[in-house]
Amino acid sequence: MEIARHWRLQRHRYALVGEVCNHCGVKIFPARDVCPECNAPAKTPYTFSGKGEVYSYSTVHHPPEGFEHFAPYVVALVRLAEGPLVAAQLTDVEGEKIEIGMPVEMVTRKLRDDGSRGTIVYGYKFRPVIASGTSADVKDASV
Amino acid sequence: MRDVSIIGIGETPVGEHWEKSLKELAGDAIQAAIKDAQIERVDVLYVGNMCSGTLNGQEHLGALISDWVGLRGVEAVKIEAACGSGAAALRLGYVAVAGELADFVVVAGVEKMTDRPSEQVTAALAMASDADFEAQNGLSFVALNALLMRRYMHEFGVCHRDFAPFAINAHKNAVNNPYALFPHAVTAEDFSAAKMIADPVNLLDSSPVCDGAAAVVLCPTEIARQFAARPVRIRASSAATDTIALHDRRDLLGLEGAALSAAKAYSQAKVTPKDIDLFELHDAFTIMSVLSLEACGFAERGRGVRLGAQGDIAIGGKIPITTMGGLKARGHPVGATGIYQVIEVALQLREQAGANQVRDARLGMAQNIGGSGATVVTTILEAVE
Ligand SMILES: [Zn+2]
Repeated sequence: MEIARHWRLQRHRYALVGEVCNHCGVKIFPARDVCPECNAPAKTPYTFSGKGEVYSYSTVHHPPEGFEHFAPYVVALVRLAEGPLVAAQLTDVEGEKIEIGMPVEMVTRKLRDDGSRGTIVYGYKFRPVIASGTSADVKDASV
Repeated sequence: MRDVSIIGIGETPVGEHWEKSLKELAGDAIQAAIKDAQIERVDVLYVGNMCSGTLNGQEHLGALISDWVGLRGVEAVKIEAACGSGAAALRLGYVAVAGELADFVVVAGVEKMTDRPSEQVTAALAMASDADFEAQNGLSFVALNALLMRRYMHEFGVCHRDFAPFAINAHKNAVNNPYALFPHAVTAEDFSAAKMIADPVNLLDSSPVCDGAAAVVLCPTEIARQFAARPVRIRASSAATDTIALHDRRDLLGLEGAALSAAKAYSQAKVTPKDIDLFELHDAFTIMSVLSLEACGFAERGRGVRLGAQGDIAIGGKIPITTMGGLKARGHPVGATGIYQVIEVALQLREQAGANQVRDARLGMAQNIGGSGATVVTTILEAVE
């Protein structure tokens, strides 16, 4: 269940909120409270744009418990425009040729479903950037 | 600080031990090691293990196993550092003897994985990564290694089949290891055709889920001769860490924890990579072998994969690795692996490696990695004349 745990992470998961170091200006995601570059305390929240590009990727055929019904699914390291890498799933990529360097953007999707009595966990995934401004006609998939 | 030696070794075959429980496996290895050392007293028992809580519903392994194996009363505790648990326990055993807090320390590693279905094992292994920002996003442990491998192939222009020699070499060496899980050869064709797990990582890139236990006995080198005809001296023991999450690494392919751990070990032993006669590295995945060889100074960045094609990693090559099958083919019972590695180096230095003997082996190195490079324990061992 762990409702409190998911609640604590909601700003990270729904809005891609990390931190910025007030000393050296480095943007940090996920939050770590100590700047990885200069070791200064870094607790100022910073909201990332959600834009980035694929740094590496893989398709998971043998999922861990809790992810069985999503498989196969694509995971990636995404280099955010502001600098950090983030580990996440790619979504809306059926039939797409995924490549390192491909532009992607953050969307909120279901991460896992812990059965009929469990919580449904939502969070960020990344999808290919829609070239034109017609994102309205993209189906709002449940995963 | 005292000099420390290994005076006894014991291992169970790696396998799917439906007939044996966790404590029985550990007990078998510990009894074999104590018998090999011919000691009558044990001061401390350290147990390396990763998954007993999640997969066996049992924690508190220090008390459980010391009681089971007839060591009631001794100081005993479990040490956990994911897949690096075994060598982390060895490191603490070394510290206890070197620091004159104990004379006879038994260090065991044990893992019992095959009682559970594979999704549960996969989820348990994923606990080696960052739960909130890797595992919760559906990244399995294999997937993390796949991300490393894909990036490596991209940056250095190599293809999947270039990694085949690492699996082939491990399987070839396992043929002569009676304790190995997979004592059979594989070919380049087998490698290319193996089932995909998380692309580009396929089944023959990956070490298997299995059960096993291994144990060593440590004592001060100055009295080691009383117990062993051929003690094996610990020339260096070092541990280092890196960020637990891949996405937090400054240099994704640099395996900085391994580089730091190896550099400390070389410095303590006053040796360079050229002095190492064999290297039991942490080949949980073929990409890990390559990154470890590079991080430990056996190849330049981006060139580790070539050591496979050139035959340098074979017995008789420049730097033999996985000489008894490695994690790939001996098997990877995660918390026990670090002890299996050290036992295999000891067998080489005691000239008991049979058909896989590395000629004139004087210095051997073992490196056990927890997570995708987050905890790294390096041990350099030397034959005592
Ligand atoms: Zn800073």
